[in-house]
Formats: sequence, structure tokens, C-alpha cells
Amino acid sequence: MEKENTVIRVRDLVKKFGHFVADDHLSFDVYKGEIFGFLGANGAGKTTAIRMLCGLLEPTSGELTVAGLDGFKQREAIKRRIGYMSQKFSLYEDLTVHENIRLFAGIYGIPTRIRREKTEELLEKLELTSARKKLVRDLPLGWKQKLAFSLAIIHDPSIVFLDEPSGGVDPVTRRRFWDLIYEAAHEGITVFVTTHYMDEAEYCDRVAIMSAGKIVALDTPEALKKEWDATSMDGVFLKLARSNE
Amino acid sequence: MKILRYLLQKEFIQIIRNKSMWPIIFVMPIVQMLILVNAATLELKKSDVLVVDQDMSDASRQLVNKLEGNPFFKVIQVNDADFDADDQLLKGKANVVLDIPQNFERDLRRDNKVSLQLRVDAINSMSAELTWSYMNSLIRDYNNNLRASWMGVSKFDPPQQIVVSPRYWYNPTLIYAFYMAPGVMVILVTVVGMFLSAVNLVREKEIGTMEQLNVTPIKKYQFIAAKMIPFLVIALVVLSFGLLIAKLVFNLPFHGNLLVLYGFTTVFLLGVMGLGLFISVVSDTQQQVFFLSYFFLLIFILMSGLFTPVESMPKWAQLLDHLNPLYYMMKVIRNVVLKGSGFFDLKYEFLSMLGYGVVMFSLAVMRYRKTA
Repeated sequence: MEKENTVIRVRDLVKKFGHFVADDHLSFDVYKGEIFGFLGANGAGKTTAIRMLCGLLEPTSGELTVAGLDGFKQREAIKRRIGYMSQKFSLYEDLTVHENIRLFAGIYGIPTRIRREKTEELLEKLELTSARKKLVRDLPLGWKQKLAFSLAIIHDPSIVFLDEPSGGVDPVTRRRFWDLIYEAAHEGITVFVTTHYMDEAEYCDRVAIMSAGKIVALDTPEALKKEWDATSMDGVFLKLARSNE
Repeated sequence: MKILRYLLQKEFIQIIRNKSMWPIIFVMPIVQMLILVNAATLELKKSDVLVVDQDMSDASRQLVNKLEGNPFFKVIQVNDADFDADDQLLKGKANVVLDIPQNFERDLRRDNKVSLQLRVDAINSMSAELTWSYMNSLIRDYNNNLRASWMGVSKFDPPQQIVVSPRYWYNPTLIYAFYMAPGVMVILVTVVGMFLSAVNLVREKEIGTMEQLNVTPIKKYQFIAAKMIPFLVIALVVLSFGLLIAKLVFNLPFHGNLLVLYGFTTVFLLGVMGLGLFISVVSDTQQQVFFLSYFFLLIFILMSGLFTPVESMPKWAQLLDHLNPLYYMMKVIRNVVLKGSGFFDLKYEFLSMLGYGVVMFSLAVMRYRKTA
């Protein structure tokens, strides 16, 4: 990967809550078009990190550049260039599929004509055309996730942040969800995803493994498996955890 | 500005779809207007009187007759001895005991002077005082009549008296509902404006959609405005509904200008909604919003002058009341409705409420962080 293709640049990024150090001197780069996984147990500092990257939290210290913008001073400008989907995916359950699409497209300032085209395209892709007037509340979980992801990238952001996006669904549904992620990455959207599912880690181009606020490993899944002499990411994770005790 | 339009569209759809909203908009005004306006009255009606008439003379009977003919009193019993009067007071069967002593008539004729005793249940000090003063004037009246009939109205020397004849302005028939109905409308509007908008905002925090909006390029003021405007509209609808009920049920006169009233209400709402949104911005759960709004609402309502006139509060409380938006609005609505006051008559109130609104709205916008 080329240096000029860096879309997220993090150096010595620290976030403290009082005396508690949630993220301790994180440093890494994320390159354009890759799927970058952020792994770790609950409480390892993943969510705090992703929230700083999308401007939801102000870092305590360090350097942070997202899509060429400063993560301290240009947080609002960053928000135009990124998409975000959180673990409690945040569609409006009391609005219909179509109303949700209209709202988020509207918020990102997509012109009406383009919005209409995009809406039809999106409904067709997600096979939701017949469900457009259904309340989101009445959709199955897997569909809600797919819709939430599609809305997170409706404005063609350069990066999309996914915070444990596929919690609570079975591996098959998760696999289908990942097809959408691949598609987005293929179109040039950089994907930054946190997860604690090790099967998801296998789908990433590169993964960073976090433990107690620090990045303890960062490489491609293949390289990590080789380094730790494991057959799966699960094995890598277990061995890493043991060595850090 | 376009973003605001999409946000408003969303808010209105959600509100219309929310089934629990409709009773609040239409049932709450009816119930509050009908119950509060009728029930929350300081008028004294039908105080139960127990008469202990130990004299049983012409004079004492005349007094009892007079009591019976008075609309404020209801004579429940006339006893010739004091055997259970205290007990009746204690049990609440009687509110007042009037003791007419033995030899009442004789002493009155001979000494020209006699004492009656009044025992009043003063748990409610307000109604006890009213009872006393009504009873007092009734007895004075009785006294005058008695003198006149005993002495024979002296044609040449009528008893000297200063008679004050009151003329009650702005509410000539002293109908209490005319005083209460506008006040209750202020409460209605406040609850809708402050409470519903606050709960609505904090709900977005609870379900997580707030976080989603926070990662979008929405401006803070757009978000707050989108939360305010729908409830402003609803509050004005509730006000209209309240006015309609007041007109139909209580025949409340409306001397002022409707536009003036709506204008003032809008400015007033800016303040209370700003406060409500501020509360929800600093809260994380609906529970916190409930407690905080309850705290403010209770103080605001009790100090608003709805039940007790602000003028009779201690000086420091009156000063403090200048921080209470309801204090201004209570005055405004009563003056506009009953007196027909216009904008310029109430410019001090207008400016105060406007200032309040600007401060509260700014605080809410400032305190709202687009961070999680």
C-alpha cells in the first residue's frame, strides 16, 4: 500500500476518562479501500477508539487525521466524509424503510432527484422494494442491519466506521452482511470495523488487536496466523491473550 | 435549511404515529380544564355549620334563619346544648360551630352587648378566615336588622353607616372560573412544551439514534430547532383547544386579541421549551428528565400565581419569581383574555419572556455536544 493512500493516520492517540486510560498511545495507518479490523475483548478500548475517529469523542492527546482532516479541530468537517453504524444500529424504528432512506439522504444533502434514483437502486439491491412502506420495527434483524449499513454509506463517504455491526445475528446472516461490506470496499470506500467475532476478523484485509487500551498486534490475518502458529484468528487471539497475561 | 425540513418531516411523522401522543393533545386539555377549573377554587361554598343554641329565643332563631338563608352556609344541626360539637368538628361533619349562649336575647336587650362564640376548623387556614369574615358580616347585618326592628326604624335618625358598594372590574360577576381557566391553559401549554419535547429528545439518546445523528453534518441549532418546532405547534393547538373548551363550557369572555395571545405564547414557549431541551441535553435517561422537569414544573406552577396571588408572597419570593416564566405568562394570559390588554401594555413581560427564551435556547444549543 502506498503512503499517499493513507486515509486514517493515528499517532500516539490517547483517551483518558479521569484517571482511566481507555486508549493508550495508539498508532496506526489505514489505507484507502481496505477493510481494517479492530479486534479485542469487551472493554479493550475499541469503541472509544472508533468514536474518536468519527468525531464523537475528543481525544485527550496525540495526532489524528481522518480523510485528510484534523481529528481535533475539524471534527464537524470529518462528519461529511464518513459514515457510521453502531452496535445499536440507529435507524428510526417508527419510520418506514423509505422514510429512513429519505431522512438520511436529506441530512447529507443529497439532491432530491439523485435521492430518488438512489432509493430505488438501494431498495432493489436489498430486495426491500416491496417492504418500502413497512416500519423498520417490523423488519428482521438481518435486514435492518443491511439497511443501516446502506444508509451509512448513502452519501458515498470515503470511510465507513462500523462498531460491532453484526452483533446478535447468526453466521450465515453475518456472511451476507459482509458481502455488502466487500462491495463497498470494492467501490473504494475504506471500511473500519470493530468486532469481537473472530470469523469476521478473517474477512478483514488487516487487523489490529487491542488489549487493555493498547494495540498488541497489527498485520494481515495470514501473517498473524503464521506468526502465532495458529490455524484461525481465534487461535491467534487466545495465544496473544495468554502471552499478555 | 433543507436539513431542517427533513428533520421536521421526520419529527412530525413520528409524533403523528405515536399513539400515546393523541390523548395528551386532546384528552389532557379536556380533563384539566374541566376538573381543575371547577375544582381548584378558593371560593367558600356551603360551609357546614352546627349551631349550639342554648337560648332558643326569638332572637337566636332569627339568627339561625339568617344563616340558613345564606348561600355560604349550610346549617346541618341546631342543638340546644353543647354535647358533641367538638366531636363533630373533629370528625369533620361540621366546619363551624356557632355558640349562642344562654340569655342571649335577654342580655342583648338589657346590656346592649353580648358575645357569640365561633369555633372554626382551621386546618385550611384560608377557608377558616373566609368563614370567619363571612360570618362576621352576616352577624353585623343581623345586628343592624335587629336594632332597626327593636328600636323601630327611627325615621329621623337612621343608623349612621358607611356603605361601600364594590364594582368588580374585568370579572364583574366574580366568576372564579374566569380566573382559573386562563391559568390552567398556561399549565397545559407548559407541560406540552417543556415536558414532551424534553422526553422526545432524551428518547433519541436512549434508543441510540442520537448518536447516529451526531456523526452526521447536522448543525446543533438545526437539531434543537427540529425538536422545538413540532412541540411549539402542538402546544398552540392545545392552547386553541383549551380556549375552545373555556368558551363552550365556562363561557369565558375573550376581550383581547387572539394574535397577541398566540404571539406571547410562542415567546413564552421558546423559554420553557428551551429549558426542557436543556434538561434533556444534560440528562441521559427519561427518568432523569422526569425528575428534573417535575422539580421545575412544581416550583414554577406553585409560584406562578395560578392559585395564590404573587403579590401576597414574601418579597424575596416575588423577586425570585422573575426567574419563573410562568409568572409572566400567567399575568399575560389573564390580562389579554379578561382585560383585553395589548402588546404595549405587556411589553415588560414580553421582553422578560423573550430574554428568557433566548437564554434558554442558547444554553440548550451550547450544552448540546455532538459527542457521545
